[in-house]
Amino acid sequence: MKLPICLAMLLFVGVSPAPTFANPVLNTFETTLSNGLRVIVKEDHRAPTVVHMVWYRAGSMDEKDGTSGVAHVLEHLMFKGTKRLPSGEFNQRVAAAGGQDNAFTSYDYTAYFQIIPKAALPEMMQLEADRMANLVFTPAEFASEIKVVMEERRLRTDDNPQAQVFEAARGAAFLAHPYRRPIIGWMNDLEHLTWQDAHHWYTQWYTPSNAYVVVVGDVNHKEVFRWAKKYYGVHKARALPERKPQNEPEQKGWRRVSVKAPAKLPYLSMLWKVPRMNDVHKDRDPYALEVLAAILDGNDTSRLAKNLVRGGRIAQSAGAGYDGTVRGEATFMIDGQPTEGRSVAELEAALRAEITRIQVAGITPEELSRVKIQLIAGQTYKRDSLMAQAMEIGGMEAVGLSWRDVDSLVDQLKGVTAAEVQAVAQKYFKDDALTITVLDPQPMDAADPKPSANPAIKTLH
Amino acid sequence: MSVQMTTPIHLIVILGCRKLMTMKRHFLKTLFSFLALALFSAVASAGVKIEHWTTASGARVYFVETRGVPMLDVQLDFAAGNVYSVPDKAGLPSLTRSLLESGAGDLDEEKLAERLTDTGAQLSGRVDNDRASVALRTLSAKPERDAALTLMHTVLSAPTFPQAALTREKERSIAAIREADTQPDAIVAKRFAAAIYPAHPYGVSATVESVAAITRQDLIDFYQQHYAAKHATISLIGDISRSEAEAIANQLSQALPAGGASVTLPPVTLPKSQIIKVAHPAAQSHIQIGLPAVRRGDADYFALLVGNYSLGGGGFASRLMKEVREKRGYAYSVSSYFYPQLLPGPFGINLQTKRSQVNDALKVVDDVLSRFMVQGPTAKELVAAKKNLVDGLALRLDSNAKLLGYLSTIGFYGLPLTYLDDFPARVNAVTISQVRDAFARHVPRDHLVTVVVATE
Repeated sequence: MKLPICLAMLLFVGVSPAPTFANPVLNTFETTLSNGLRVIVKEDHRAPTVVHMVWYRAGSMDEKDGTSGVAHVLEHLMFKGTKRLPSGEFNQRVAAAGGQDNAFTSYDYTAYFQIIPKAALPEMMQLEADRMANLVFTPAEFASEIKVVMEERRLRTDDNPQAQVFEAARGAAFLAHPYRRPIIGWMNDLEHLTWQDAHHWYTQWYTPSNAYVVVVGDVNHKEVFRWAKKYYGVHKARALPERKPQNEPEQKGWRRVSVKAPAKLPYLSMLWKVPRMNDVHKDRDPYALEVLAAILDGNDTSRLAKNLVRGGRIAQSAGAGYDGTVRGEATFMIDGQPTEGRSVAELEAALRAEITRIQVAGITPEELSRVKIQLIAGQTYKRDSLMAQAMEIGGMEAVGLSWRDVDSLVDQLKGVTAAEVQAVAQKYFKDDALTITVLDPQPMDAADPKPSANPAIKTLH
Repeated sequence: MSVQMTTPIHLIVILGCRKLMTMKRHFLKTLFSFLALALFSAVASAGVKIEHWTTASGARVYFVETRGVPMLDVQLDFAAGNVYSVPDKAGLPSLTRSLLESGAGDLDEEKLAERLTDTGAQLSGRVDNDRASVALRTLSAKPERDAALTLMHTVLSAPTFPQAALTREKERSIAAIREADTQPDAIVAKRFAAAIYPAHPYGVSATVESVAAITRQDLIDFYQQHYAAKHATISLIGDISRSEAEAIANQLSQALPAGGASVTLPPVTLPKSQIIKVAHPAAQSHIQIGLPAVRRGDADYFALLVGNYSLGGGGFASRLMKEVREKRGYAYSVSSYFYPQLLPGPFGINLQTKRSQVNDALKVVDDVLSRFMVQGPTAKELVAAKKNLVDGLALRLDSNAKLLGYLSTIGFYGLPLTYLDDFPARVNAVTISQVRDAFARHVPRDHLVTVVVATE
């Protein structure tokens, strides 16, 4: 399935009752309500508990310049009142049911969940359905909550040197694509955000056809479908705003950025633009990139830890990660801190050398086998957690893939060859698609700044 | 899965989060890993059948059979936490635990990692004030399980503590300490521990000097002394039978060193009330307020647990969250906790706020605590707290991973096997006056310590 198709589909909400799909092997069942809301249920009867999630396909990438952070601010405001429910009552009702609840906002989506004893599920569905359409917050509540979000930004980003590097790296890597903006929003945008901005966001994106419900746990799927129809089915479908692709133009030349913050160790992030997963069955490169990330940093034997942390003692820490299941642009990141006495430039050279070794000599059958063994074992371990299973389903659906593709995805990963891994290492890790961001550590005494190390200049190039 | 999530509450789901750092052997002292504090807030049986016995070598075993997923978790907990460190060598317990995986038997560090990875298993662990843990998660099919357990056996019984690995890990540890000493969250935790536990090992954090002083012989001695069956509890949960669990526990415990005599821990004394201010350029002040409060197994524990839900443990149901965050927007995260340990563990209140409003925020926190100490929870709050704690039991026990946490805590701290069964009744029996009395006994306000990092 091509990624953007699901977005277009949502504008055309069917009126005829949709068929129910089931996969008995996965114990997973799906139906679509007449208003376009999809409901996915995975039965897991190990314990008398349930995870209930509502996902909206609206994240920070759907924001406009000047109102960055509004998706996340609205997420906070969703815990205020509704036409029927007094402000603050939502959390109280979840707590009284013995439940835990929370929510999260990403570039691609916003999701809400409750973990509850199974008897509380209908009440939770009623509550979520209510705030899907009937949210009420006052300007005063907005004014107070925006301060909370600014505190959150200070905590997560402003006082966190590596988070600042991450923010700066994305800002430099993307010129056109909205992934250049931080999820939590720029402080100045938060300062000027209005309650009307938040309310507008809500009316634009919080509609049944832009949402899906994921339920995992000790439930009967038919019963859940009935409750879904009763509570969520009453809402009218609404058309969504047009979504422009906002594709990033091809990068033509490396970019280097530096960030100064109080810290002791420098930190280096290398971000390459790589393809995302579009078609679970036809794509090959995303799988090979996933395996490459695991060869570098997937288990205790992986190369970065073995060669740079333990062997060469160049890195205090080093990591690699590929994010291929995204709505927007995918990236492959390698990062690390040099050991004391080694420079960022030395670490960069060592990280580059690891890529080069794979480009030239490939990977061993043992390394490939280890990645697959851990992948397969991980499929079993994942079943221990309801939340992990719900997140997997929700995460796939958020980017236009299907929960049905989870097994195909694992099968495709099992089929990746050493030659394919070597090929993607050769194909994508070019300097022209690279953004390097360096943390330039500053002494804590701001009155006595050390002379700038200026790593943006003192590098290999 | 997508990148970087933000959440409205402090609980935080880090699923699918951007991986910031991979530090396989990051063993910075986990003295106060406060995010994990919710762990033991509630426990109940909910039909969980715990089997318990002692091996011939003296290890106490706790076992729950669960057949739902073909996997097995085995965790050994040793009385080998930071409180047992040699004086002037803070960091020794963590380094010892970490170096267990740096070579064992005839396997060097790399071979060990390869063999383990090849079984599909995951070896992990942690060190806190009281205990050091070695945990294995493996598939339960016999070939994989046997291979993984054999490796765990080797790690536990024949660690080689190679000098080269020690030198490297000491350097990494020292670098991590220097780095942490620049970060406000780490600074406040360290200063708070030192202030509430003056002249006690609970208050001592690893320093550049203390780590530098650690030798290979120190590790060997610490291991020989503390990683003994008689100092160990073994927790098993998963897809095996009782007889298989017995065989595994016997095999693992037989291999352990003989061990030294049990150590008598020095008593904890109450600190002087004080406010400590630490300069830092951060945008937010990081604040911790508290004192040593309660041992694991204390008779007042349930009154404190129920009371704290309304004070600052119950998220949005708590007074601190309502007054500091909801009404005034002073903080993203504000909470209070009790963390019982072998010796009185801390009561604490944590928050971060824009530095210009730190005094206003402190005033609100002080008012909330004062009023709560005098009045206790309202009748309505008490009902809400009990309802959440009791009804929420099931979801704190709905996975092998969660159950393992409870099993190992019950075992290590010698809590009654009926702890889970008794939990609802113990919670429901708590009265308002019990909460008030327990808080008065365990949170003497004239000993409260306040640490503020990043302030004018």
